[in-house]
Amino acid sequence: MSVVAAISTPLAVGGLALIRICGEGSIQLADKIFSPYAKKLPSQMAGHTCAYGRIVRDGQTLDDVVLTVFRAPHSYTGLDTVEISCHGGVYVAKEILRLILDNGAEPAEPGEFTKLAFLNGKMSLTQAESVMDIIGASGEATLKSARLIKDGALYQSIRDISDRLTAALGSLAAWTDYPDEDLPGTDPGSVREAVEFALQRISQILDDYDRGRILREGIDTAIIGKPNVGKSTLMNRLLGYRRSIVTTAAGTTRDVIEEELRLGELRLRLSDTAGIRDAADEAEAMGVDLARKKLDEAELVIAVFDGSEPLSETDRDILERIKDRRHIIVINKSDLPEKIDLKYINDDNILFVSANTGDGVEKIREKLIEMFKLGGLGEGSHLFANERQRSLCVKAKSFLTQALSAIDGGFTLDAVTVCIDSALNELLALSGERATEAVVNDVFSRFCVGK
Amino acid sequence: MEVLGSYDYIVVGGGHAGVEAALCGARLGLKVAMFTISLDAIANMPCNPSIGGTAKGHLVREIDALGGEMAKAADATFLQSRMLNLGKGPAVHSLRVQSDRVRYHTYMKQVCEREKILDIKQGEVVKILTDDSGSVSGIVTRLGAVYTCKAVIICTGTYLCGRVYVGEESYESGPDATLPAKGLSQSLRELGVTLRRFKTGTPARVHRRSIDFSVLERQDGDEKIVPFSFETKEELKNRVSCYISYTNSETHKIILSNLDRSPLFSGKIEGVGPRYCPSIEDKVVRFSDKPRHQLFIEPMGLDTDEYYLQGMSSSLPVDVQLKFLRTIKGLEHVEIMRNAYAIEYDCCDSLELRPTLEFKKIKGLYGAGQFNGTSGYEEAAAQGLIAGINASMQLLGKEPLVLDRASSYIGTLIDDLVTKGVSDPYRMMTSRSEYRLLLRQDNADERLTPIGYRIGLISKERYDRLLKKEELIAAEVSRLECTHVGPSEALNSYLEECGTEKISNGVTLGKLLKRPQVSYRGLGCADPERPELPEEVCEQAELRIKYEGYIKLQLEQVNEMRRLEKTLLPPDADYSSIRGLRLEAAEKLGKVKPLSIGQASRISGVNPADISVLLVWLEQRRREKGNGKGNGEENGSN
Repeated sequence: MSVVAAISTPLAVGGLALIRICGEGSIQLADKIFSPYAKKLPSQMAGHTCAYGRIVRDGQTLDDVVLTVFRAPHSYTGLDTVEISCHGGVYVAKEILRLILDNGAEPAEPGEFTKLAFLNGKMSLTQAESVMDIIGASGEATLKSARLIKDGALYQSIRDISDRLTAALGSLAAWTDYPDEDLPGTDPGSVREAVEFALQRISQILDDYDRGRILREGIDTAIIGKPNVGKSTLMNRLLGYRRSIVTTAAGTTRDVIEEELRLGELRLRLSDTAGIRDAADEAEAMGVDLARKKLDEAELVIAVFDGSEPLSETDRDILERIKDRRHIIVINKSDLPEKIDLKYINDDNILFVSANTGDGVEKIREKLIEMFKLGGLGEGSHLFANERQRSLCVKAKSFLTQALSAIDGGFTLDAVTVCIDSALNELLALSGERATEAVVNDVFSRFCVGK
Repeated sequence: MEVLGSYDYIVVGGGHAGVEAALCGARLGLKVAMFTISLDAIANMPCNPSIGGTAKGHLVREIDALGGEMAKAADATFLQSRMLNLGKGPAVHSLRVQSDRVRYHTYMKQVCEREKILDIKQGEVVKILTDDSGSVSGIVTRLGAVYTCKAVIICTGTYLCGRVYVGEESYESGPDATLPAKGLSQSLRELGVTLRRFKTGTPARVHRRSIDFSVLERQDGDEKIVPFSFETKEELKNRVSCYISYTNSETHKIILSNLDRSPLFSGKIEGVGPRYCPSIEDKVVRFSDKPRHQLFIEPMGLDTDEYYLQGMSSSLPVDVQLKFLRTIKGLEHVEIMRNAYAIEYDCCDSLELRPTLEFKKIKGLYGAGQFNGTSGYEEAAAQGLIAGINASMQLLGKEPLVLDRASSYIGTLIDDLVTKGVSDPYRMMTSRSEYRLLLRQDNADERLTPIGYRIGLISKERYDRLLKKEELIAAEVSRLECTHVGPSEALNSYLEECGTEKISNGVTLGKLLKRPQVSYRGLGCADPERPELPEEVCEQAELRIKYEGYIKLQLEQVNEMRRLEKTLLPPDADYSSIRGLRLEAAEKLGKVKPLSIGQASRISGVNPADISVLLVWLEQRRREKGNGKGNGEENGSN
């Protein structure tokens, strides 16, 4: 494969479409299909210049286009690249692409330009990964965070940390290699400072990661309660359409019903569960087991209680189980007389709702948005592209913690440097400055190369 | 020309590299000759008469563990011994001795003379002969004598086209007023060896009676001396003291106002000097904010009144040298006996060498020491030993010896030379090793003596002693890990004394020993069953337990390194044809021809993205082969 091509704009009707041809020979290929209004063929054009002309097939004009030439290594992929801006509309763009493929190019796989850019050293793996995330981004905030990575916020942070650690290791090296010189900055105290700095920054990154994951993957949210408190009605209310079957009979919902709820940038993966009780039959029993599992595993529990009835044993049990979990307590049926013992519940996150009338449901939405405070996504945030990067950070953090305890325990600095070295290795793998098998395995798994 | 002799291999040069290279082949039963320009300069120390120092001390221990001679010579002829970096942790403890220059030379010369099948000859080698296949076949001396051989090890040090610079004056010379080697460079070039110029320098030697010792800081040797050689058992004693003084603003003023007379600054010297051992004028210029620089005043030997001024190497004119030295406290009336000078010499580009130190392009031609671009006696000796071993292995039809970075400082040194190359004289430093905690000077025998035994440089008796020692260490470690002790009064008062928590329940001695403050010796108070053991055994047992966690961590790093080291690159790879490799990377890879992905990743100018490209390329190759004829070959391994 030497030349690959693809339509780089979405396959939808629009004003313009862009076709990208990339690889050694792409400019020569463009010569065969492009007829310029001025004199210069693409191969005669300088890099980063464009020309107006026609795409011609068998003497027939397909479209009037603007053609831009990028010469290696000054292009997105680092290879010779031609971009053709044609008129929008799926048909024209596809016809031009077909003409290009007929002239010897191979169709590019999704993400292939980014893969080429990575392989040609035009971007680090961190950046490449985040481009892949932009391609796959499913929401505004995800996109924003992915861009943050590509523009280097994460990369820069990692560099800051690794620079500081490298400097500390450098001082330590000088301290041991020149034992007779008096060198500043090479006592355990200053090494400790560097390690603490690094630890604090990595912890910040990991905190941000959690918020980033919420953005990308949504929050696993379970609606829990005993039978007939109105869980399914609430689910339907929140979604704005009827998803769960609602009857007055207790135990209607038997399976876990999942649906995605979008609140602005926030995504909830909402599960309606079977009411918790000693089930009447086997099918329901299985549903109840699933509900209990959800209660224990979900990241957010919306516990629903019937306000028109006193708290039951099951209710108290549920309250007990959500105490240390992220939760919202919804007292439903606020349109009926209140009989519930509120003093017992005593919680900051109580909302009164009538799922039946829709009264108060808006407050749940507000509460959820407030809980996850996504509005505060600042410029310096590092929201990770993937689990691999998080796990490298977690490892680096544990090595640094080990270094710190070695210093504080009074170990000699040669033991401390082993830990700092290990931490640094993880960070360098993260920023792509160190090639490891892990990185390469990742390349193979994410970019489908080697086919 | 008549052939005057026939050898298995010939060593060109009798310095620290040459001596090790010559001895090891002869000891392995090969017929070896060592040529030197002057028999009186065998194992000479034209610069500092000192062996060891940070990381260099490690090299000496490793040379000994493999069966080399340097450590024994150092133990036999030292004047003062110090273990550096005590208190900074066992990984960086480094032994350094001040040596008696003349006695060291005499010792080494005699060892060589007494080696049964080693011939020592005074003579300048001017030509390397090759046969029709391009393999080394002999040498020619300046006097026209021809000797045949199957391999040659070049250990020319600073002799090769040597030129001495002092101020505005310069003349052809070897070190210490010896003759330079003048003919050989041309012959090497004709064989395709790339030569370049490096330079180094040495300080003045001064007369004892012109130094006022009463105003100097005295530096004495260690009370308890650790020998260099694992074989040295007799008690060693310090014979002399060394002294410390400092330059001052007046010294710096004189140096700065005469820089135009320094060949280093006027551009007369084109050779690249060692960054890590700069001349005093370099130091004054580069660290202009430093108010003073330290110098060490050290004796040259027991039979001489010459003193060496470590840290004051210079190429300034003799009048300037005298002037600035006399500004220094204690040296106000100093008399110079030998002036300081810089020396420029030819050396090869070490990237043209294989890890065996054989030239890739010339079968049977090896390089070692300063000729390979290093600085230092210890670095030279280490390479001499490895080149000698590999020449021998090849002639004996055995596997070559390539030590990896996790095995030794020697392996690290050679990997750096042949993978990264050098741009200035290379000095070994602890920071060059990623695996310091494993490569301690105290365990060099454990790491390398089995290899020395396998090669044939270590006797069966010595190897058996090592096995016995290992056995004792293992037994003591497991005893300590299994012995429970209760909170006795003696133990708790000891623990309190060293500033660590008392115990209230039973605990193993091993657990206690893991506390950094607790020592093996100290725990004796709670360890009545303790067997009588040699001190080196106790030391190893203590280190293994105390640093266990960190050693494990380091071993994981080593495993990861070795995985990449095992991903082999085909020796015939055409890097210029691999898509996606940057031009610079492709050129460097083509030049170094790395054996593995691991080695490739250490080449400067090859970045991680290039490595990823290589891995992708290897994988594609593998898949193509798998899909194609199915010949089962994987990753070009062999």
